[in-house]
Amino acid sequence: MNATVALAGNPNSGKTTLFNSLTGAHQHVGNYPGVTVEKKAGICRLNGFRFNIVDLPGTYSLTAYSLEEVVARNFLVSEKPAAVINILDASNLERNLYLTLQFMEMGLPICIALNMMDVAKHRGIRIDVAALSKALNVPIIPIIARNGQGKQELLEAVGRIVQQPIEPTPKVISYGDDIDGAVVEMARQIQDQAFLTDCYQARWTALKYLEKDEEILKQGRCCNPALSEALEQRAGLVSEHLRKTLNTYPEAMIADQRYGYIQSILRQGIIRFRDDRQRQFISDHIDRIVVNRFFGPLIMLAVLFGLYQFTFSYSEIPVGLLERFFGWLGALADVYVPAGPLKSLVVAGVINGVGGVLGFVPLIMFMFFGIALLEDSGYLARVAFMLDRVFRIFGLHGSSVMAFIVSGGIAGGCAVPGVMATRTLKSRRERLATLLTVPFMNCGAKLPVFALLVGAFFHRQQALMMFVITLVAWLGALLVAKLLRITVVRGPATPFVMELPPYRVPTLKGLAIHTWERTWQYAKKAGTVILGVSILLWAMMSFPTLPASQQQNFQARRQALLQSVPRNAAGMPGSPAETVRRELARLDNQQAETALRYSVAGRLGIALERVSRWAGFDWRTNIALIGGFAAKEVIVSTLGTAYALGRLSPEDQGQPLSQALAQSPAWSPLAALSVILFVMFYAPCFVSVICIVRESGHWKWGAFSMAFNTVLAFALATVVFQGGRLLGF
Amino acid sequence: MAVMNLRRMKRLQSGKIVTVSANGEMGRRIRDMGLVPGTRITIQGRAPLYDPVALRLMGFTLTLRNSEADYIEVEVESPS
Repeated sequence: MNATVALAGNPNSGKTTLFNSLTGAHQHVGNYPGVTVEKKAGICRLNGFRFNIVDLPGTYSLTAYSLEEVVARNFLVSEKPAAVINILDASNLERNLYLTLQFMEMGLPICIALNMMDVAKHRGIRIDVAALSKALNVPIIPIIARNGQGKQELLEAVGRIVQQPIEPTPKVISYGDDIDGAVVEMARQIQDQAFLTDCYQARWTALKYLEKDEEILKQGRCCNPALSEALEQRAGLVSEHLRKTLNTYPEAMIADQRYGYIQSILRQGIIRFRDDRQRQFISDHIDRIVVNRFFGPLIMLAVLFGLYQFTFSYSEIPVGLLERFFGWLGALADVYVPAGPLKSLVVAGVINGVGGVLGFVPLIMFMFFGIALLEDSGYLARVAFMLDRVFRIFGLHGSSVMAFIVSGGIAGGCAVPGVMATRTLKSRRERLATLLTVPFMNCGAKLPVFALLVGAFFHRQQALMMFVITLVAWLGALLVAKLLRITVVRGPATPFVMELPPYRVPTLKGLAIHTWERTWQYAKKAGTVILGVSILLWAMMSFPTLPASQQQNFQARRQALLQSVPRNAAGMPGSPAETVRRELARLDNQQAETALRYSVAGRLGIALERVSRWAGFDWRTNIALIGGFAAKEVIVSTLGTAYALGRLSPEDQGQPLSQALAQSPAWSPLAALSVILFVMFYAPCFVSVICIVRESGHWKWGAFSMAFNTVLAFALATVVFQGGRLLGF
Repeated sequence: MAVMNLRRMKRLQSGKIVTVSANGEMGRRIRDMGLVPGTRITIQGRAPLYDPVALRLMGFTLTLRNSEADYIEVEVESPS
């Protein structure tokens, strides 16, 4: 027998642990339609049942204010799961029951999994499970999700609910005479006209009208405008009356009464506390040091630096292995694919493009493992707590710091995992502002560009320059975040009402699942969209190819060189053969430069020179910057090609290139400064753009970041270049 | 027994919430977390820059910005 079962509960109640325990590795992750909220589902079998368990987002309530809550609510009403497992933290029962009560008011077939009975017992909390079950009229199974205790009984209880569905009888809670009277009256009207009754219980709809729930009001206005209007008026009357007599709002009254109801139940001897409830626990003692005014920031610096080290040093080995693998694959293709455009496509377009992107996989895996560790242990919430005051100035949230650090807040990160790290932010506007500004950080791919230019033009103040570059990136990112928050992502700060969960030792299984599913999502993307874009960029830099006459011209010059060598001359340095070999290489590079200039990207670079002159960029720089959109590493190697120096790997920092730039009349220290600024702020590389689209849930934010960042970068570069020239540099 | 604003309470000071005057999204979030009249709270500490504040209620720890704490009046138990 198949049945859909929803798993719901507060954040930090052990919901994910229970989900992993129930479904094991048989789970798949997707998104709820149209939103970026993750949807996890998995299969669990028991005695002939096949439960499709859907993990709803962790929420404290079911309002229309947060996306997670709306998603959870919509799933429950539209999918009508055969049973809802509501997991509660036994050591924190009152607040957890608040959500339970809302499920019961919706008339859902729930079964309570009372988790962390061990923790509760340890804290001196005794819960009379049978009495609670009777008072609520809901089956309750005590469990310990961490070790799977009670899992079997829980599934059996769910099986019983699935087998004998009962007519939903919504819980009726009294909200005081004023509200109760209105609810009864409104519910009757709703029932009579069958208003939204195929989805919601009449009483529940009435309550939502009193709470001014945007989602329900919107649905109601669509479905029956006249009745909706009448209900809104009735709700308005109650609101007015409550404000006059008690100076409160229906919404406030309803929340207060729900907690009052929970209190009244628990007071009947169902829950007993051995000692003071405000007692300090181990977590509190740890917190006295970890969020201490003096030690807190120091520990935080150490932890963030540790995460950074962990991500970028330990992933070096697997990243190197992957690079070597793709290098080997490229060499293989070089040998076996016949020369011509196809070979160029396979080697430069497909293997280099996808290889470059898959090269990030170990990095992302390590980063997510580190973040999962901090998140699951409870430390991340402390970081947000400590830094919120600073980030709030710029319209961001304390949790934003993680994304900035990973993206290159300490020079050398990567914006791709940085953009993905914004998932830990729950508030929408702050999250959007964060993920749009993290690409300004100095990622590992921008560093070779800076190193090249600083080495060529500012080699006396190298360390100072690099430090200034890091500072400018932070300043720029935070100021732009502020700018975005007062323009395109305008809106009040999301309330920072956040739980500081007790410290917990993360389970290895949880960490592994967490890390794996996020990494896999990224790798899947690399195979599809990214392949297409890398082929497009490759085509732009390769086509149109040089006309046959010019190719023949180069070929003829090559032949002439070869003819000039006496046969069987030894390859001694200084010998004629050696000179010819060098001449040949120079000729190859010249051809590469001419070909690049002739390609679409080259023509674009030349055409753009009219504008880019304002910022001091010549056409070669333009091509390199266009190529930098594929990956910032490409800037250095393309500059190498454009200056006819052959292919340069980003690692060797281009010694000859550095000299060539220093001597080129097109460059000056001022132009270098302008290029550094531009590279720091212009369009993120396309892998980042794709991540931005994915994480923001809309392509327009990807387009926005490309256009806005480039315009901003160009404006900054122009101001610096023109200003510098006026000052006589 | 004095009623004071949550923002002005000191570390480890306890009290009972008297009124929560916020409404809209902020009011809802505050109340959903159990900050309703009658709830007993203890100030757990403040972030290094004095904001946000961490408080203990019903056996868990919650953080609030001072600007949100402004909406909450508390009847303090013992002056400390």
